Amino acid sequence: MSINYIYPEFEIIRDAARCTQCRICEKQCANGVHVYDDKTNRIIADESKCVNCHRCVALCPTRALKVVKTEHTFRPNANWSGQTIEEVYRQAETGGVLLSSMGNPTSLPVYWDRILINASQVTNPPIDPLREPMETKVFLGPKPSRIERNAEGGLINNLKPQMTLKVPILFSAMSYGSISYNAHAALAKAAECLGTFYNTGEGGLHEDFYRYGPHTIVQVASGRFGVHPDYLGAGGAIEIKMGQGAKPGIGGHLPGAKINADVSKTRMIPEGTDAISPAPHHDIYSIEDLRQLVYSVKEATRYQKPVIVKVAAVHNIAAVASGIARSGADIIAIDGFRGGTGAAPTRVRDNVGIPIELALAAVDQRLRDEGIRGNVSLIAGGSIRNAADVVKAVALGADAVYVGTAALLALGCHLCRSCQTGKCNWGIATQQPELVKRLDSDEGAARLVNLVSAWNHEIQELMGGMGINSIEALRGNRLMLRGVGLTEKELEILGIKHAGE
Amino acid sequence: MLMKEGQVRIPSGCAISGVFSREGNRVPGDLIVRSMSTMHERSNGLGGGFAGYGIYPEYKDLYAFHIFYDSTDAKQECEKFLDHHFEVVNLSKIPTRKTPKITNAPLIWRYFVTPIHNKLRDSQLDEKEFVARCVVKINHEFKGTYVFSSGKNMGVFKAVGYPEDVGEFYRLEEYAGYSWTAHGRYPTNTPGWWGGAHPFAMLDYSIVHNGEISSYDANRRFIEMFDYHCDLLTDTEVITYIFDYLLRRQGFTLYEAAKVVAAPFWSTIGRMEDKEKEKFTYLRNAFPDVLITGPFSIILGFEGGLMALNDRLKLRSMVVGEKGEMVYMASEECAIRIMEPNVDKIWYPRGGEPVVVRLNEEEDHVDQLHIS
Repeated sequence: MSINYIYPEFEIIRDAARCTQCRICEKQCANGVHVYDDKTNRIIADESKCVNCHRCVALCPTRALKVVKTEHTFRPNANWSGQTIEEVYRQAETGGVLLSSMGNPTSLPVYWDRILINASQVTNPPIDPLREPMETKVFLGPKPSRIERNAEGGLINNLKPQMTLKVPILFSAMSYGSISYNAHAALAKAAECLGTFYNTGEGGLHEDFYRYGPHTIVQVASGRFGVHPDYLGAGGAIEIKMGQGAKPGIGGHLPGAKINADVSKTRMIPEGTDAISPAPHHDIYSIEDLRQLVYSVKEATRYQKPVIVKVAAVHNIAAVASGIARSGADIIAIDGFRGGTGAAPTRVRDNVGIPIELALAAVDQRLRDEGIRGNVSLIAGGSIRNAADVVKAVALGADAVYVGTAALLALGCHLCRSCQTGKCNWGIATQQPELVKRLDSDEGAARLVNLVSAWNHEIQELMGGMGINSIEALRGNRLMLRGVGLTEKELEILGIKHAGE
Repeated sequence: MLMKEGQVRIPSGCAISGVFSREGNRVPGDLIVRSMSTMHERSNGLGGGFAGYGIYPEYKDLYAFHIFYDSTDAKQECEKFLDHHFEVVNLSKIPTRKTPKITNAPLIWRYFVTPIHNKLRDSQLDEKEFVARCVVKINHEFKGTYVFSSGKNMGVFKAVGYPEDVGEFYRLEEYAGYSWTAHGRYPTNTPGWWGGAHPFAMLDYSIVHNGEISSYDANRRFIEMFDYHCDLLTDTEVITYIFDYLLRRQGFTLYEAAKVVAAPFWSTIGRMEDKEKEKFTYLRNAFPDVLITGPFSIILGFEGGLMALNDRLKLRSMVVGEKGEMVYMASEECAIRIMEPNVDKIWYPRGGEPVVVRLNEEEDHVDQLHIS
């Protein structure tokens, strides 16, 4: 056996008594794990190809399959884990950079889980969302510092263009190319139905989706794929992507295999060529350059669209955000280090950037300290997993949140973290037509609408418990949060007290 | 150790009352003291106070500073600051009456002042902003000193105790004004600090408030961007600063300001005519951070008028009564009936609907909201 042999991480348990050799598992697995052996009339599995996406398990009509983690082990070592050893083997074999997908899975702290939410008792009544209005509508965009009046003394509407959201949740950027046509269609339909926005990512906007324009954020990233005047004009807002939480400081690489005719047309690059986004925008080497790009896209759209600048949460995020808030940007999106990706170098994904909770708290406070919080709205992303995370993010200071991974889960993603292979069995992170068609965009949209509606109900319940009946009164309301098991320093950065205080 | 007001946020229940003469007739202070005594059960002896307007006609063009000092050292230090920034036309101890029900009194002084002309000119601020900044600076930076009243021809009187005892302590029957508001406090802690009693005042704005707002920290963190320091951590303090910000610094009318802090629900706005819909949508969109949620009933006192306002769900009681030119506002009807048993009219204003009364106007003046 070769030194590079890596024992499969998962084992497929097939209950022979239940298996009818219907071969559905074989047809469903794009990784070629299941093979029918006609000599023995049995299905056998090559577990080395299994990514544990549960497609076969979910579709097996007799529930004959399950996937378990193997008990095979190296000699236990707290320093050299099995994964670490295997990664050394892989790199010794290939000389390559390790690639991963989706968000950082390591056991670094999740601050959301160390923060608890308040509720009213005695001195102040909770409000019942079933009986009273409970408002979650949000506007994103700068607020005027002064009111203005006309000659008759009436107030003048001096607001710059705003985004209007019925719920404080937007779908974050996922490009056409990294995800499928049907996944994009589902997101667009759901955004329209929910009264919120989805985000094209950096792959341009497919011509079929222009009709969802008012609910679309069109992204301008360093590769500038698919960017042209009609594209900028099509969206309800424009996002300049400076960075991504999963891979701060580096660009992107969509392999040529995923650039089919349709993706090629949308991205405006030749079919089959790799789509490489540079690490920096080559016209932005400093903050004053960003200002020029912000105003370039504003000029191109006649100052009718709010401009979002998306940045990864890095160490000096507060200073970065302060600069952006003075750059003409209307909204800042901050992406935490647990944010998802279609592909990123493993070392970058797992070691670069900081948690969104700390970044958001630091940015909100810094902008207030400088008296410029009203210049911009803040969108927090990078692993918002449920309604409680949304409430905590808003109370820390976010105007709204981006969700990506949760939206993909609603579409059927099982977080197998193998997007970079392009063989997504659920029809999401793939361009193979036979896989893409597995995802019904109407059904997907309905599931997204269900998810966000359910979260909104939960947000309303949590707000009502606090005696808050409008989400603007929750925003930045840090007295509604308490930390548990956090150090003084962590509490100081989060700007919250410890439970019991 | 128990922390005092400002070190910890203390919710409280309360009683409030107000009386106003539209014709500017001067009403003696003991009337409002009687009104508060009927609501004794709504307080717990840990704070009471009054604000009177039109009580210093002889000094009506001067700012009347009422100041608590913990020590003579604190007083000397503060007076040095005052002498540096203001012409002090008159200063004296505020007359009090010994009563066993009010103890642990700090030094309580009153100064009638006007900004020194050169100082004001050099600051490039308008006069009110200059005075406001001086008051905020003293309260934020001077240990053991607390300016609890700073308007013209008005004054706040407050202490730890039941409101009726506070009235007796300050000899309020010796003052007369066209407008009075009062507050009795039921805090959930015993800080025993006089500065924590209400009304809370800033220039000629004073607030008496019953409730516990759930939006507190969102409001506080917003308003502190504009050089206000919420040192007391009380609702009343932040509400006062919000009104100062909206009325004096932004130039909103009272009605507009009321509709910003107690904004109509989106469902209500949705039923409005297009023009109205646009106005209210603008206000909610542009000023979301000063929306106040949770229960409150407040009476805002200002030069020449009063405004009563409830939270938009009306989670706290508020009654308004009229008799001829007199207007009464209180947490309970009994507090009005004891001042005027035969009111012409008495009603419970709806949540979020301001009731504004001003001097020398036949009818309640409600500013109309105009947006082009």
